[in-house]
Amino acid sequence: MKVMPEKVSLVIIGGGPAGLAAALEAQRQGLTDILLIERDQQLGGILNQCIHTGFGLHYFGEELSGPEYADRFSTAFTTAGIACLLESHVLEITPDRVLTVISPLGIRKIAAGAVILAMGCRERPRGALGIPGTRCAGVLTAGMAQRLLNLQGMMPGQSIVILGSGDIGLIMARRLTLEGAKVEAVVELMPYSSGLTRNVVQCLQDYEIPLLLSHTVVETHGRERLIGVTLAPVHPQSRKPDLAQTRFIACDTLLLSVGLIPENELSLGAGVVLDPATRGPRVDQRLGTSQPGIFACGNVLHVHDLVDDVSREAEQAARSAVAFLNETDLPAPQADFSTGRLPDQHLAAPAGWPFPEQPSLLPILAGPGIRSVVPQLISRDRIPETLRLAFRPARVYRSASICLRDGQGQLIIKSQRRILTPGEEARLTIPASHWPAVTAGHWQLSIEV
Amino acid sequence: MHDVVIIGAGVIGCAIAREVSRYKLRVLVLDQASDVCEGTSKANSGIIHAGYDATPGTRKAHYNVRGNPLVYQWAQELSVPCQNNTSLVLAFSETDLPRIDALIERGQQNGVTGLRKVSREEVLDREPLVNPAIAGALLAETGGIVSPYGLTIALAEHAAVNGVEFRLNCQVQALAHQTDLDGGQTNFIIETSQGPVQARAIVNAAGVFADRLHNTLSQDTLTITARRGEYWMLDKRIGAQFCATLFQLPTDKGKGILVTPTVEQTLILGPTSDPVPDKMDTRTTAAKLEEILEAAAQTWPGLRKDSFITSFSGLRAHLAEGDFRVGRVPDVPGYYLAAGIESPGLTAAPAIAIDLAELIATDFNLALKPEFLSPPPPIPGFSLKQLADPDELDNLAAEIARDPAMGRMVCRCEQVTEAQIRAAIRRPVGARTLDGIKRRTRANMGRCQGGFCTPRILEILAEELGCDSTDLTKSGGQSRILTGQLGVEA
Repeated sequence: MKVMPEKVSLVIIGGGPAGLAAALEAQRQGLTDILLIERDQQLGGILNQCIHTGFGLHYFGEELSGPEYADRFSTAFTTAGIACLLESHVLEITPDRVLTVISPLGIRKIAAGAVILAMGCRERPRGALGIPGTRCAGVLTAGMAQRLLNLQGMMPGQSIVILGSGDIGLIMARRLTLEGAKVEAVVELMPYSSGLTRNVVQCLQDYEIPLLLSHTVVETHGRERLIGVTLAPVHPQSRKPDLAQTRFIACDTLLLSVGLIPENELSLGAGVVLDPATRGPRVDQRLGTSQPGIFACGNVLHVHDLVDDVSREAEQAARSAVAFLNETDLPAPQADFSTGRLPDQHLAAPAGWPFPEQPSLLPILAGPGIRSVVPQLISRDRIPETLRLAFRPARVYRSASICLRDGQGQLIIKSQRRILTPGEEARLTIPASHWPAVTAGHWQLSIEV
Repeated sequence: MHDVVIIGAGVIGCAIAREVSRYKLRVLVLDQASDVCEGTSKANSGIIHAGYDATPGTRKAHYNVRGNPLVYQWAQELSVPCQNNTSLVLAFSETDLPRIDALIERGQQNGVTGLRKVSREEVLDREPLVNPAIAGALLAETGGIVSPYGLTIALAEHAAVNGVEFRLNCQVQALAHQTDLDGGQTNFIIETSQGPVQARAIVNAAGVFADRLHNTLSQDTLTITARRGEYWMLDKRIGAQFCATLFQLPTDKGKGILVTPTVEQTLILGPTSDPVPDKMDTRTTAAKLEEILEAAAQTWPGLRKDSFITSFSGLRAHLAEGDFRVGRVPDVPGYYLAAGIESPGLTAAPAIAIDLAELIATDFNLALKPEFLSPPPPIPGFSLKQLADPDELDNLAAEIARDPAMGRMVCRCEQVTEAQIRAAIRRPVGARTLDGIKRRTRANMGRCQGGFCTPRILEILAEELGCDSTDLTKSGGQSRILTGQLGVEA
């Protein structure tokens, strides 16, 4: 039983919304030799468990449920006859794009002309927060609860406290309430919700579920199954809990909705440089990573609020990958991305980490008020018609301006916004008409009040 | 009637069970928990101590030094992950250097080999992430790391293969002994939550609860306090950057906070040491978790609060006298004791078990079985490193062709397949709980902490055990994971 390497032009890793949209777009661009690899038994990714509506308003102009949105893409994908491996797990991608894939059918080595990373993200677990207390049953992430309930018909609990007001937590507060559970409270460390405003209104306010801002869980109780949690208010600046003002809430379940982390273990193995702020690959406007021929899109690149944006982004990654395959003469920008540091130190590096001066790459720095920005770089050899920057504000702003300035502090574009919040990723479009003469140094995006 | 009943299925109880299973005996191991290795043995530093730390002349020193090579040998026999990664005891100032010499001298008195003082430069060369402000260190070449639950479970499995019966979820409620005057033989009657059990000999390996059992039998009473040790665990990417186990110089409070990679390449920081009145109280606390970070940052200044996977704690069984108690109990013939087995108990376990098995064999004039069966082969798995070898790759392909479940990935973080999870359930003393699966396969132990794989593991467990998934628990008792099924009245 010899494992022989196979050759494929474009391999897409992940059959969720990003991977499916990328595959379809690559085919529309004329590429035929495409292979999509999916871990699960079916396509669609996390959308399959998102049975609520609110998907597709931007992409399809109508409101769909998660499975419906996924179905539009997976049906098109199947109709298009694009090759796909299900129940297949990529163990490794080498820097020169050789993949090792394991599945119940065997183990394969695939040499890819180009790779699109579309692996999505995972939830931050309890341990990462270090919530003290007992390690009993009844503490789980909101997404796991969603899977248990919506795909397996299992109730994870009856009286529930949700820590974190991320979108999945908010959606699950409503979902569990509809199934007869009592959601005692949603507890949020920050003074604002980290979810979409529409979800706060439709999932909490409509069901009279209390949202406790600037609070956190300081202890879990219960030897075998959870019997309750202790909450404390947190100091508005330091966010340290005030242990003089704790209160106990009896509950049998603590759901965690405390952040999503792009799943980049494979990317790191391939030598892809990550951004400490997004925890996804650093990319240029073509969504190319530091490794030539490896592109990234969807939640593996940065956590999105709307799947519609994921689909659009994936299509861009696919066009870039096809262009890469068609124009191998184009100089690859790989060396420019790396500072030669270890990946972990990248993750730990402070915002605005040093970046070498490169003639072909223009870094876009996250300046004051900006937590993260994607893309982080502009390849000057490919100046786009319009450039779209996606960014997350560092805190809530009312009536503020988003400013993009060049290295000399000259304003390139300014955009007024009524409200900016970390819970909603914002975008800035720079039309070609505003594209200045290419200058040295970097550009900086900031929020100015 | 059993010949030997062992109370407690931690590393000591399971090691003794494995050693006495060499003889023609009916052996029963009882534990109140739902699995073996649910107490102290599952939550400790997993260190194979060299033996320089214990006071010369103590049982701790004796069993540590004898146990050290045995752990390596046993781990190899049982295919348990184990690594001779060496230990370093760091001195943070010139004035601390004489204490390194004192440790070397104490170690030599204990019979430890491979101890030497190393310079700052050598330490930094071996461990580039260590605080550059150190003055020097003790290098213990025989120091190592082992999977504590891996070792305990493998011993239980090997014992079971050789006929030892394990009765779990079985709490001992009362102990009595009666002497048959004619034959002069002692019998023990053990009242348990699953009914009475009779035995000719009993072994008390009940960890933090050993005193309670002991004091109902013997006039020579014991007092065991539970000392809680809290830990942090960090991602594999971090653990891979360290090699040796890094101790700080011991203080009167114990060995201090260590920084060590585990055999699974995660990194652990800890433990603290605090007496707790409740012997089941394995809570973690904000204050202690913070204390660990401060102390560990002295060893590793680059420590940052990201890449944390989890925090946990375990209880040490501390005897007031500060040493192990191992052996016969003079006023109760047929009763054997292994009490106060705190650090370096994991390292000491093989030597303690060998001694106790020999005592029992002598006292009861036992004969060895003609055939002592080999341990079951380990759960088949693979690592990326292995797959770099084309032959290994082809082997795995052949393996998957035989059993497709071997290619069906369930736990993506630790790369555990469906075949491995099913094997963990089907093994002798197999997994019955989510935590049982975790300790046998590592599924649920990685960076997502079971976020993705738990629903699938529950399906497999329910299927294998022939039960409803709503009956499944995290670790027995009332630790149910699900509270109901949609459309089914609770």
